[in-house]
Amino acid sequence: MRYLPLTHADRGEMLSRIGASSIDDLFVDVPPEARLDGPIAGLPMHASEMAVEKHMRRLSKKNLAAADAAFFCGAGAYRHHVPASVDHIIQRGEFLTAYTPYQPEIAQGTLQMLFEFQSQVARLYGCAVANASMYDGSTACWEAVAMAGRVTKKKRVVLSGALHPHYAEVVKTMAKFTEDEIAGAAPSLTPSPDVDGLVSRIDDQTSCVVVQCPDILGRLTNLQQIADAAHEKGALLIVVNTEPVALGAVKSPGEQGADIVVGEGQSIGVGLQFGGPYLGLFAVRDPKHVRQMPGRLCGETVDASGKRGFVLTLSTREQHIRREKATSNICTNSGLCALAFSVHMTLLGEKGLRALAAENHRLACLAADRLAKVPGVSVLNDSFFNEFTLRLGTDARDVVRKLTGDDILAGVSLGRLFPNNADLADGLLVAVTETTSEEDIETLASALEGVLA
Amino acid sequence: MNAPTKTPNASGWKPGTPVEGHNAVSGPDTVTGNRALMLEEPLIFEIAGNGSTGVDLPEPVGGTNRLGGMERSAPIGLPGLSEPETVRHYTRLSRQNYAIDLGLFPLGSCTMKHNPRLNEKVARMPGFADVHPLQPVDTVRGALEVVNELAHWLIELTGMHGVAMSPKAGAHGELCGILCIRAALEARGDAREVILVPESAHGTNPATAAFAGYRVEDIPATADGRVDLEALKARLGPDVAGVMITNPNTCGLFERDMKAISDAVHAAGGFVYCDGANFNAIVGKVRPGDLGVDAMHINLHKTFSTPHGGGGPGSGPVVLSEALSPYGPLPYTARTKDGVVHLIEEEGAEAFSQEHFGGSMDSFGRMTAFHGQMGMFTRALTYILSHGADGLRQVAEDAVLNANYILRSLEDVLHAPFGDSGPCMHEALFGDRGFAEGLSTLDLAKGLIDEGFHPMTMYFPLVVHGAMLVEPTETESRAALDQFIGALRSVAERAKAGDESLKTAPHYAPRRRLDETQAARKPVLAWDDPNLV
Repeated sequence: MRYLPLTHADRGEMLSRIGASSIDDLFVDVPPEARLDGPIAGLPMHASEMAVEKHMRRLSKKNLAAADAAFFCGAGAYRHHVPASVDHIIQRGEFLTAYTPYQPEIAQGTLQMLFEFQSQVARLYGCAVANASMYDGSTACWEAVAMAGRVTKKKRVVLSGALHPHYAEVVKTMAKFTEDEIAGAAPSLTPSPDVDGLVSRIDDQTSCVVVQCPDILGRLTNLQQIADAAHEKGALLIVVNTEPVALGAVKSPGEQGADIVVGEGQSIGVGLQFGGPYLGLFAVRDPKHVRQMPGRLCGETVDASGKRGFVLTLSTREQHIRREKATSNICTNSGLCALAFSVHMTLLGEKGLRALAAENHRLACLAADRLAKVPGVSVLNDSFFNEFTLRLGTDARDVVRKLTGDDILAGVSLGRLFPNNADLADGLLVAVTETTSEEDIETLASALEGVLA
Repeated sequence: MNAPTKTPNASGWKPGTPVEGHNAVSGPDTVTGNRALMLEEPLIFEIAGNGSTGVDLPEPVGGTNRLGGMERSAPIGLPGLSEPETVRHYTRLSRQNYAIDLGLFPLGSCTMKHNPRLNEKVARMPGFADVHPLQPVDTVRGALEVVNELAHWLIELTGMHGVAMSPKAGAHGELCGILCIRAALEARGDAREVILVPESAHGTNPATAAFAGYRVEDIPATADGRVDLEALKARLGPDVAGVMITNPNTCGLFERDMKAISDAVHAAGGFVYCDGANFNAIVGKVRPGDLGVDAMHINLHKTFSTPHGGGGPGSGPVVLSEALSPYGPLPYTARTKDGVVHLIEEEGAEAFSQEHFGGSMDSFGRMTAFHGQMGMFTRALTYILSHGADGLRQVAEDAVLNANYILRSLEDVLHAPFGDSGPCMHEALFGDRGFAEGLSTLDLAKGLIDEGFHPMTMYFPLVVHGAMLVEPTETESRAALDQFIGALRSVAERAKAGDESLKTAPHYAPRRRLDETQAARKPVLAWDDPNLV
C-alpha cells in the first residue's frame, strides 16, 4: 500500500506508546454491532499503479473524445485550446495540494492569484468587484437570484425564456424552497430575442430579471433597454454569460447596466471534463452590493512590516461566522479552476483574448454560411458570436445520433435541452471555436446533406 | 527562540525595493530563513502591458460581422504576458504557498492527505478530460461507467441505498441531502419547520438548513464532547424535519449513541443527515447506513484524496437511504436490469421511475447544470481501486492511530479537554488552557509556521476555548509525526512560558502577520479599484 508510510513495526510501537494493545482498542467507541469486520462486498484488494491505470484507460477508451471527432457541441460548455503551460502551472504541488488560504502568511501564492483573478473577471464583466469563484455558472446564477432577493426584499424572479434550461432548472429547484416566485417563459425560435415581451413581465414585485447573453440559441441581446426597464421598477438585472470568450468581441454586461453578472468560466483554461469541475464567475457592478455577495473574497492589505499582502476578507458574510444568517451556505470556491482561468487569461492578455474572439467569430460565420447551403437547413439567428441555431425540419436528436456513427458530434439538439417542448425539436445548436477546422465544417455540412437528403 | 537576524544582502539590494517602472511595494530589510531565493512578485497588472500576449493567434480581420451592433468598443484592461514571463510569475507565486507536497498539513476537519499523481494522470486521459457533458450517451459510455462504478463503491462503503453524484462540493451535498429530506416529507404531506444541529457542527450545517427554508435549533454537547442524547430526545416532535450530525464529530470523537439518535429521530418522523467530512476515519470499518443515517455527503478530497487546489474544486456526492432515494436530484446515473448504464435526465425520468422505483420517484429537481465533478470522480475511483478493500480499512486504522499518537504525545504539554473521553478518531483536540497571560492559540499557530509547519485548525469547534484541532491523516510517516510533535511541543512550551516573540510570529515566512482588520474595514478587492467603504 504505497500511499501508507507506517510499517508494521511502527504501528506496534505507536500502539504501545499510546497504551493500546491493538488497533481495536482505538475503535472501542464504535458499538460492536456497528462494526464492519468482513470483506467489503466485491471490492478487490489493493492494486498496483500499472493495474489501476490499465483499468481506467480501458474505461476512457469507451468515450469519443472531442479531439477524435468533428466537434460542434456547446450549450454552456465549450472546447477551446488550452496552452500547455496552464496545465503545468496547476499541477505544481504548491498550488495543487494547498488548502484554502486560512493562514495568509504562508498562502500568498494562492491569495495573490485570487486577487488577480478577481481583477481580471471584474474587468471582463465590466464590474467593480468579482468574487474568488463559485462552483459553476448554474449555481452562480441561483446565488445571484438569491442575492437579488436580499437586496430588493422582493420575491418575484423574471427569467428569460432563452436562459440555459439547466440554469433555469437550478433556479426553479432552489426557489421551491426559498419561496421565490419564478416567472419563466418558453423559449421561442425567433431570429432575435423577444426583449419587449421580457420587459412587459417586469413589475413592482420583481426582484430581478435574469437574461443570458449570448443566449441559449446563440443570439445577442442589447441589454440596456432591459436594464432601464428593470431599474425603473426597482429590480436588479442579472446577466448570465456561458461563453466568456465572447466578451473579447462584444460589450460587457456591466457596460450595459447589469447589476450582477454571473457565468461559466470553463472556456478559459479549464477544459470540457464531461461537465465538471467548472468555474462559476460572479461580479457586481456597484461596490455597494459587495456585502450581499456570496462566496469568498480576497482583499489587499499590509503585513506587520508594511509590505503589501492579501487575505480572505469580509468573512462576516460567510457561514462559518454567520451560521444560519450567512449570505450563502457555500464554503469553498473553485480555486484550481480559477488558477487555470487566470493563467490562461494572463497568457492571452487583452490582445490575445480579442484575437481569440475574432477567430471564433470568423469561423462561426464561415460555418453558418456553409451550413445554410445544406438543403433543408436554415440558420435561425440574426446575430451570434460562436454558436447559432440551425433548423433542420426534422427531429435534431435523430440527426445527431446518426452522425455520431461517423465520429461527428454535430452539436446539441434542442430536444436534448428542452425534452418537453416539441416545438423546438428541429433545432440544433452548433458551436464553433478556434479548434474547429474548415475541414470539420465541410465534414459536418456534407454529412448533413447526406442525412437530410 | 531569538528574533530574526538582519542579514544585509551583499549587493545592497533589498527584497521589495521598488524597481524602476514597476510599482513594487517597499518591504523589510531582512532576508531570512525561507526568504532565500524568494523573489517578490508584482501583480500581473504591474508588470504586463495591454499589448503583450503569450499565445499565437491570427491577427483579427476586420469587415463584416454578425454581432448585431454589440461590438465591444471600450478596452477591457486585461494585462498580458509572454509565455516565459507567465510561467515565472506563477512559479514565483507558487513558492509562497505551503502545501501538502511540502510537509504535514494538520488541519483538523479539513483532512489534507497525500494526493497521488496517478489520479492526475488518469483524470487527464482524453476520454475523460476531452468529452462534452451533452455528447450523445452512446459516445460517453466509459464516462458513465466511471460515475456508476464510483457510485457503486460509495454505496457499498456506506451501506446506503442510492447516491446523488451531482453536488459540486460538501456544502452543496449538504443542501442536496436536506432538500431530499424536505421532498420526502412534502411527499407525505408533512410540513415540518425545524432542523436540529448540534453546537459543534460545521458552520455550513445551519447555513444549509436555513437556505433550504428551515429554522435551525441548536442541540448542546455533553461534557465529554458528544451530542446530548437526552436533550435531543426531549426536543424531538412533529415539527422537527431532521437532525444534522457529524460523525466522527468535530471534537474528533465517535458518536457512540448514533444508532439511538437515529432511532429516536425516525420514531419522531424525522430524518438523519450525517456530515461525512470525517469518513476517512471509519471507511471500511463502519457503515453509516447501519447506524440509521438517511443522507450523508462524502467530500471526495477528504476520504478519497482528490486535490484541494488552494480552495476547491470540491465534490460532494450524497449517499441516500432507501427512504430518501426516490427524491434525489436529476440527473441520475444508474445501471438498469439489462446491465447498461443510463443517464437519466429530465427526459426519461418518468420511465426510469416506473422501472426502478415502482413509479414513486419524485426528484426534487436539478442542482447544477451538468452531471457533477467528473474530473474528481476519475481521481476518487482511481484511489479506491489503488487501495482496495484492505487498503481502505488500513486508511481508517492508520488515520486513527496517527491522531491518537499525537493526542497522547502532547497531552502533557497541551490541555486535551476530551482526553479522558476515550480514543480520538481522525483528529486530536487541544485547548489553550495553561498559556501565559496575553498569549493565544493564534500566537501558537503563527509560531508553528516558524517551525516549518502549517498550523492546525484554530478556534474550532466552538465548544472548546482556544481550540486547536490537529489532524495528521494516514499518509504521514512516524518520522514526520515525531518531527511535528517536537515542533508543537516546543512552541507550546514557549506559549506557557510567556515567550513574547510568539506575538510577532511568523518571522520566517513570506509575510509577517497580515492586517485582516484593515482588509475588512477598507476592502480593496480588485486592482486599481477605488477603496470601498
